[in-house]
Amino acid sequence: MPYHSIVLVKQVPDTANVTAEAMKSDGTVNRAALPAIFNPEDLHALETALELRDRFGGTVTAVSMGPPKAADVLRSCLYRGANRAILLTDRRAAASDTLATSYILAQTVQAIGGADLVFAGRQAIDGDTAQVGPQCAEKLGIPQITYLEQLVDVRDRSVRVRRNTGSGWEIVEAPLPVLITVMETANRPRPEGARRVHRFKRARVEAEVAAEVKLALPDATDDEQAAETARRVEALRKQGLLIEQWDLDRIGADLDRCGLSGSPTKVFRIQAIVLTKEGYTEIPPTEEGIRRLVHELVLDHSIG
Amino acid sequence: MIEVNRKGEVWVYAEQEEGVLREVVLELCGKAHELASQLGVPAGAVLIGSQVAALPQQLIAHGIDRVYVVQDPRLEHYQTTPYAQCVCEAITQHKPQIVMYGATPLGRDLAPRVASAMRAGMTADCTDLQIQDVTDPRSKEVHDKLLLQIRPAFGGNIIATIVNYDMWPQMATVREGVMPLREPDPARQGQVIPLTVSLTDDLFAIRLIEKHLQPRTVNLKGARVIVAGGGGVGSKANFQLIHELASAIGGAVGASRAAVDGGYISKDYQVGQTGTTVRPALYIAAGISGAVQHRAGMEESAKIIAINSDADAPIFSVAHYGIVGDLNKVIPTMIKALKERSVVE
Repeated sequence: MPYHSIVLVKQVPDTANVTAEAMKSDGTVNRAALPAIFNPEDLHALETALELRDRFGGTVTAVSMGPPKAADVLRSCLYRGANRAILLTDRRAAASDTLATSYILAQTVQAIGGADLVFAGRQAIDGDTAQVGPQCAEKLGIPQITYLEQLVDVRDRSVRVRRNTGSGWEIVEAPLPVLITVMETANRPRPEGARRVHRFKRARVEAEVAAEVKLALPDATDDEQAAETARRVEALRKQGLLIEQWDLDRIGADLDRCGLSGSPTKVFRIQAIVLTKEGYTEIPPTEEGIRRLVHELVLDHSIG
Repeated sequence: MIEVNRKGEVWVYAEQEEGVLREVVLELCGKAHELASQLGVPAGAVLIGSQVAALPQQLIAHGIDRVYVVQDPRLEHYQTTPYAQCVCEAITQHKPQIVMYGATPLGRDLAPRVASAMRAGMTADCTDLQIQDVTDPRSKEVHDKLLLQIRPAFGGNIIATIVNYDMWPQMATVREGVMPLREPDPARQGQVIPLTVSLTDDLFAIRLIEKHLQPRTVNLKGARVIVAGGGGVGSKANFQLIHELASAIGGAVGASRAAVDGGYISKDYQVGQTGTTVRPALYIAAGISGAVQHRAGMEESAKIIAINSDADAPIFSVAHYGIVGDLNKVIPTMIKALKERSVVE
């Protein structure tokens, strides 16, 4: 029996590898200097969906929300085997917190027509909140299973999952549809396939096409540029190379629930962690120095 | 969401497994007591399960005034939807102004589901919570006594302070081990209030097939002394040095992410943002450069000794004692000094 899956993926700055070059002189992070990458755990979510499809048939639709540049991760999904890719991009969605983001993603899932399984990575490395998955499930009114380590079985209209509970593991069974968040221990994501890269490397969202047209025809009028964009978009569509670009109107979103107005949490203050060299007592790496240090630790009861 | 209710209580979600409260819950009881005192309101706890009658007294001893209890045989094992329903119902009935959860796997599964259903704000993984008047920079409106929700973000490279003006309750998950555990007062008095929640069978859609508890073999949080090794140790064989120093000093072994990624030791030993947060009396960091992710998990230690051959390693910025040198020479010298101390005594 074929299953239709939707995978929620995010493009994130590579916060795990913040190098000295990415730090500004005042000690803050220069986001622009960080490479944008496929959120690592989302790759495992995608792999889980692809394996399911390879076994039972069906489809995998990748969905991302972000600026046009986020089409990069959707292309990567296509390279790895996704059947369809949709980018939700809209300036009015900017500054959404997890509640607003999950509302927008849930509306997108519904506008697609729902799915048997919705997958997401456990959390994204820029915020580390792990909230969007569960909040999306609540908005869709379906059960959630967090921290998947293994998709044990799918049979008819139910799924068995082994999940990590932090203090061990458990196997649970849930009826479909269900939303599942996936841990990095779940599987090894397949690499991008060479033939699929060749086939989909020209895949674009409309905003990217418009930007390319602007560069190619700098002297054309706005109308001419728009016409050329429309022509190229249509050509891509015919070749199956158009990454669908949706906005908040397309998903029938209530604008009060998107962006800043739909976000209960507000950032009050941001402090960069600046490396300050506070004075520490330097101990010479000699036998005498270390002996004295140990003696001092005994005296102040740090060691018994 | 509920309306802003400045008389609302300060709540803790009393996470329990098999009738045992999580330690982070007891840490949060102390924090709830502190915040509630500042706001002049009672501290409350929501306790959900099948056989939890013995637990309210423990919560009260740790600083809670009112324990709201939902008991139902079907709530024996945690599952998200019915538990979230219970918490939402409790919030709707009693309108607390603050709800805190431990940032455990369960807390991080439950809290966002509740926040979504309530359409309320939710901040994950806080390391500090404070009460302060806040002026909205856009509307210039002054909001009295808001909860400042302080957390590392962006891979630990920044500290963000989050507030929630009006889509209440103000909710946060709080990392384990960051709030001090207060001494319980067994004589402390409080109220136990049973809650009635209508739980229809369709809420229990998930069936538990099999459950395995893996006892924690590594107890970093309880250790008074931790000796941690990083990528600078160089190899799994050489990591034996860290074990030897820990054994000589009577401490536990810890590791940085680089050491775990290098395969020197298992992930259970990892200290830092994605591992365990610790605050021992003494923390020795050997061959650890001190990435922010690591420092976030150990900088509250009472005393920190850093051993690193690179004098510019960021770990020295949080150290009390620094030894710039080769750990392969420093550690054996240290072990020798420790052993000689025992002989003298």
